[in-house]
Amino acid sequence: MTEFTPLASLIGGAMIGLSSVLLMAWEGRIAGISGIAGRLLPPYRDSAFASRFGFVIGLVIAPLIYLSTLGGPVEHTVSSNVPLMVAAGAIVGFGSVWGYGCTSGHGVCGLSRLSARSMVATGVFMAVAFVTVFFVRHIIGG
Amino acid sequence: MSFLVNLGLGLLFGLGLVISGMANPAKVLNFLDLFGTWDPSLAFVMGGAVIVAFFGYRLVLSRGSPVVGETFHLPNRNDIDHRLIVGPALFGFGWGLGGFCPGPALTALSFGEIGTLVFVPAMIVGMWAARLLSDGNLSLAGVRG
Repeated sequence: MTEFTPLASLIGGAMIGLSSVLLMAWEGRIAGISGIAGRLLPPYRDSAFASRFGFVIGLVIAPLIYLSTLGGPVEHTVSSNVPLMVAAGAIVGFGSVWGYGCTSGHGVCGLSRLSARSMVATGVFMAVAFVTVFFVRHIIGG
Repeated sequence: MSFLVNLGLGLLFGLGLVISGMANPAKVLNFLDLFGTWDPSLAFVMGGAVIVAFFGYRLVLSRGSPVVGETFHLPNRNDIDHRLIVGPALFGFGWGLGGFCPGPALTALSFGEIGTLVFVPAMIVGMWAARLLSDGNLSLAGVRG
């Protein structure tokens, strides 16, 4: 069980939205994490490497900043099944770039722009994720 | 300068992921577990982000150009191709297995869990493979590169 946290989730979500809006205002780019992280490795097609690297560093240090300023314990539970997590990581990485975006690029930025492509993509990944968890927890694990 | 601005924006994004609970795979998997220990919190994350971005984008895009650069880089395709179905289907499957999508996985690195430490390198390699396949215009069942 995890606690239902509507207010914290709404505030956190608004911060994610604000970051996406500010990135558009600053350099006119979509805040899609798969697009940003997927271009960290070569080949480099444009000169935005420093921007992308900076954004990723910001993402990575966020928990450290949170713990050292706002404090408070952070609930965090990750599977320690190494083969499962390697496979999941590879599939998430490949699928998100192959499908032109992930939860941020399609789910947040795309839906906000009322993009038909992002609506299709978000519908597909949400549906498959729901089915996958149902299968893993209630068919295999049940 | 762009490095520092982006670092700040990544930090804001990452703090949002931590505060919202989205960086916690257990919470993501419970959101996806409609018929079990369902935790609807993540609908509020999505709702908060989309509401802010919906109005924020309108405001920003009504200006002529971004602060840095000459134009807004917006996707302008409207067609639904194979990749737009296959990619998200794979992504949703992996998301349901591990509870991580790309942003939260990167942010969770700092918690130092073994599951995250192996997930992220595999994810980066997967992204890189998809890009190479895509850039190379390899023909996969009629898919455009």
